[in-house]
Amino acid sequence: MPEDLNWAIGGEAGDGIDSTGKIFAQALSRAGRHVFTSKDFASRIRGGYTAYKVRTSVDRVESVVDRLDVLIALTERTIDENLEELHEGSVIIYDGERTTMQDVEIPDEMIGLDVPLKSLAEDAGGAIMRNVVALGAACEVSNFPIENLDESLEKRFTDKGQAIVENNKKAARLGQEFVAEETDHEFDYDVETTDNDYVLLNGDEAIGMGAIAAGCRFYSGYPITPATDVMEYLTGRIDRYGGKVVQAEDELAAINMALGAARAGARAMTATSGPGIDLMTETFGLVATSETPLVICDVMRSGPSTGMPTKQEQGDLNQLLYGGHGEIPRFVVAPTNISECFWKTVEAFNLAEKYQTPVYLVADLALAVTEQTFPPEAFDMDEVEIERGKIVDEGEIESWQNEDGQFQPHFPTADGVSPRTFPGIEGGAHMTTGLEHDELGRRTEDTDVRIEQVDKREQKVQTAREEEDWDYREFGDPDSGNLVLSWGSNEGAMREALGFLEESGTDVRFISVPYIFPRPDLSEEIEAADDVIVVECNATGQFADLIEHDALTRVKRVNKYNGVRFKADELAEEIEEKFAESAEMEA
Amino acid sequence: MSSDIRFTDFKSDKQPTWCPGCGDFGTMNGMMKALANTGNDPDNTFVVAGIGCSGKIGTYMHSYALHGVHGRALPVGIGTKLANPNLEVMVAGGDGDGYSIGAGHFVHAVRRNVDMTYVVMDNRIYGLTKGQASPTSREDFETSTSPDGPKQPPVNPLALALAAGGTFIAQSFSSDSQRHTEIVKQAIEHDGFGFVNVYSPCVTFNDVDTYDYFRDTIVDLSETDHDPNDYDDAKAAILDADKEYQGVIYQDDQSVPFDEREGLTESMADIPEGAPEDAMDLVREFY
Repeated sequence: MPEDLNWAIGGEAGDGIDSTGKIFAQALSRAGRHVFTSKDFASRIRGGYTAYKVRTSVDRVESVVDRLDVLIALTERTIDENLEELHEGSVIIYDGERTTMQDVEIPDEMIGLDVPLKSLAEDAGGAIMRNVVALGAACEVSNFPIENLDESLEKRFTDKGQAIVENNKKAARLGQEFVAEETDHEFDYDVETTDNDYVLLNGDEAIGMGAIAAGCRFYSGYPITPATDVMEYLTGRIDRYGGKVVQAEDELAAINMALGAARAGARAMTATSGPGIDLMTETFGLVATSETPLVICDVMRSGPSTGMPTKQEQGDLNQLLYGGHGEIPRFVVAPTNISECFWKTVEAFNLAEKYQTPVYLVADLALAVTEQTFPPEAFDMDEVEIERGKIVDEGEIESWQNEDGQFQPHFPTADGVSPRTFPGIEGGAHMTTGLEHDELGRRTEDTDVRIEQVDKREQKVQTAREEEDWDYREFGDPDSGNLVLSWGSNEGAMREALGFLEESGTDVRFISVPYIFPRPDLSEEIEAADDVIVVECNATGQFADLIEHDALTRVKRVNKYNGVRFKADELAEEIEEKFAESAEMEA
Repeated sequence: MSSDIRFTDFKSDKQPTWCPGCGDFGTMNGMMKALANTGNDPDNTFVVAGIGCSGKIGTYMHSYALHGVHGRALPVGIGTKLANPNLEVMVAGGDGDGYSIGAGHFVHAVRRNVDMTYVVMDNRIYGLTKGQASPTSREDFETSTSPDGPKQPPVNPLALALAAGGTFIAQSFSSDSQRHTEIVKQAIEHDGFGFVNVYSPCVTFNDVDTYDYFRDTIVDLSETDHDPNDYDDAKAAILDADKEYQGVIYQDDQSVPFDEREGLTESMADIPEGAPEDAMDLVREFY
């Protein structure tokens, strides 16, 4: 029996795939098991193949693998789509009575379980519960105590009344009993429960939660895949803390509203994906020039243009680093796993306010829509520190006024950061603009003042370089000459890949980098390595380019840009091949 | 907020670079007077402007102010107001800024009905780029980019506002200082989005929509039997293409502004030094 179970439900969008998968994932998490979920979805509301995959183990799981053990197939296509991952002994649960499934062919080496999902659901009170019947069947196959499903069903259906909850529990049991009593198979799987205490959430939710924890009270955004979950999370929750989510008419409005709120003194954020970043770039320069603290979250998907809205990519890096005309001081922070989505969001707000500079918080689709289990302490709210930087109150305002009593919002200081005031603070009235300005915020074309203000804004980045800890995370063998670098969601797959690599005798030092700009200086680590590979989900190796630039050396690249995230086993294979190539060349 | 505020307190020490005789002088003076007359002071006032001649207003006024990017002033104002509903937020724009590049924001700002004031300096020409057709230019108005006229009817901003569910729609003439000030004051006092389109003549590039033209043609609605609370009266005045009106054209006193509807009353600027006390509940939601 393998240590982990890989489970999926697939069908057409509109079949309730997502909620069914989530019910199962939550049941596992509540039963003290680690869970890692992933989604295959198409950019349409109904129809089209869609799947929700769950990998679970008693040990931590950080990624997906190329193996599927139990599949609930609501359509024939679901089997075709997953054929490569299915293996000898894989179990496929399907409803042979369904018109489209009557001629379904189950490969010989696999176990096909023909369960009358619809008619059993009708016995329990309604055909709509057929997915829950399938969940019950899956519990039996994986030897997972069905009682664990009950709480998840309650969570999902309590709003619809106790009768619905009971019907669903019954539906699950009918599915379980059918497999136990009407089919004759031995199953390889045994999903045991533990007393561990876990929560299950995705990257977008972690970003939203981080924003609330960090004191963000104003969020404006425009719905876009895969960033919308951030807005949906904050809606209804931020209000409890006196905040507000505004769905703007477009991304231009979204960032400008957030800018306005930030100027009013609120911690403000907007989140979008690549196409939205394009639109927001116009205002991005204004945010930086007006020295407004703002967090702009980019949840990347495949580009360019509309690209593949529901597919993974890490292709926006250059846009975030260089987007916008002129030279724009900025920070680019990139969480590498779901709990880091929370912590880096908190940090992004602190950086924005301490340096009065826009911060790009960049996640990718795989990080955003993937759910993972964590002990609640991974989000220990007592650890959250809010640093608002230099805010001048009414008592100190005079020291920041000129001899005419005018407040000087852009007064050049040694660290480049000047104290700021909000409307409502007496004596602080001032203007600010996207035009080059003097220390009062007034337009200027004076050559000396221009240089002074450009230097001031740049100084903030220099100060931050020195003051902040631009750290990285390290895994694997610290003494190995085989160095792998990655950013974003690849950390999970790479961490698991280390296990596969170790098994096959390849030692690797792995560094996961959560800061793109500024970023840690990795020159020493690179010099110490015999061979460096940069892993990322784009075609050209945008992060690898940065590493080459910093370390003045060539690095190898493993790139994936078909729209699908790295899988741990596949990644291990590619890394091994790359290192082997180098060894051959040297030999 | 002190009671001895004078409109000159809203003046900065910068001399405007607008052309001598520009309508924007009168428009701005009226805005400053209206702000002072409604009991506001520079420290609780936030003025947002976009790009163009109108966009310079933040430099010439003394208040908290932001001079933003082209056409996006309204969303900035909305964000500011929602984040601190105690502020007086006034957005200034031009006809290009508001009805061309910012037209989408205009329609949505009107329907969102946040309690703020929007003053558009409408001179029916692009001034700062030296004389091209604007969205409110007449169909046959000859300019450097429309030698035979734009050949499309002008945007009717008042009709747009009415169609979008405007709750305060007014028009004034910058040269009629007293009426203009009074109308902007009413817009500020309106609970909701107060929109004032101001005829603000461009003496350099527009020789059609001149001071003389407006003086000769303008009809003050307060001197007629127009009832601003009557939707049909408003519609009739707005769609009357033959006349130029000043006054409050439409006002819905019953509507509730967005900020009030959403229960926003406090500034969002004050936050604790750490996560909220009950923040672990947010984590436990994910069980």
